[in-house]
Amino acid sequence: MMESIQNGVAVILVVTGLITMLIGSIGIIRLPDFYTRTHAASKVDTVGIIILLFGLAVFEGWTLNAGKLVLAIVFVALTNPVAIHILARAALRFGLRIWWKPDSSHLQEDAAKGKGESA
Amino acid sequence: MELFWVGTTVALVVIILIPLYRVAAGPTVFDRLLAIGAMGAKTIGLVCMFGFLYHRFDMFVDIALAYAILNFIGGIAVAKYFSFSKTLREKS
Repeated sequence: MMESIQNGVAVILVVTGLITMLIGSIGIIRLPDFYTRTHAASKVDTVGIIILLFGLAVFEGWTLNAGKLVLAIVFVALTNPVAIHILARAALRFGLRIWWKPDSSHLQEDAAKGKGESA
Repeated sequence: MELFWVGTTVALVVIILIPLYRVAAGPTVFDRLLAIGAMGAKTIGLVCMFGFLYHRFDMFVDIALAYAILNFIGGIAVAKYFSFSKTLREKS
């Protein structure tokens, strides 16, 4: 009885993590710009991996391997957004232009004006 | 339960292969690096699920931890390199 509940919770968590990672992968393909793709790669993928590894830890039970999986969860939650943030900062220093919708020239002028005032 | 792990592993392989399109077609080098980083992060979960398939989970979870560290260090090193690269700036 207890084991079947454990297996059911693990199956639900693993399938939820897979769906979340699928959404993140589609976002990496479909979004228009590098800076928008960082959202799909850092936030959605991190949550998907956390849910998947937590499901594996639930399936494993109270063992040493589950502790190592929790360690992996903490490591991924700390490092994956940091790595993509460093990549986005490198792109900003490199001078990569941001993407605008084709019919938004007034917004671009406002943004250029605001940037000139603040700098 | 064995069939469930086989099915989820195949699904995860398909999900990992999706950003390969961005690696091939990305307009800038940062898009390619982003897609590679996302694929590497998902590979951590794939290695853990291989542990269930081969019934050697205690070994594969250590491999997954080492792979996570390598992915993080590699991504930071390449980002640092391209942040100060002069040749790439002149080319584009």
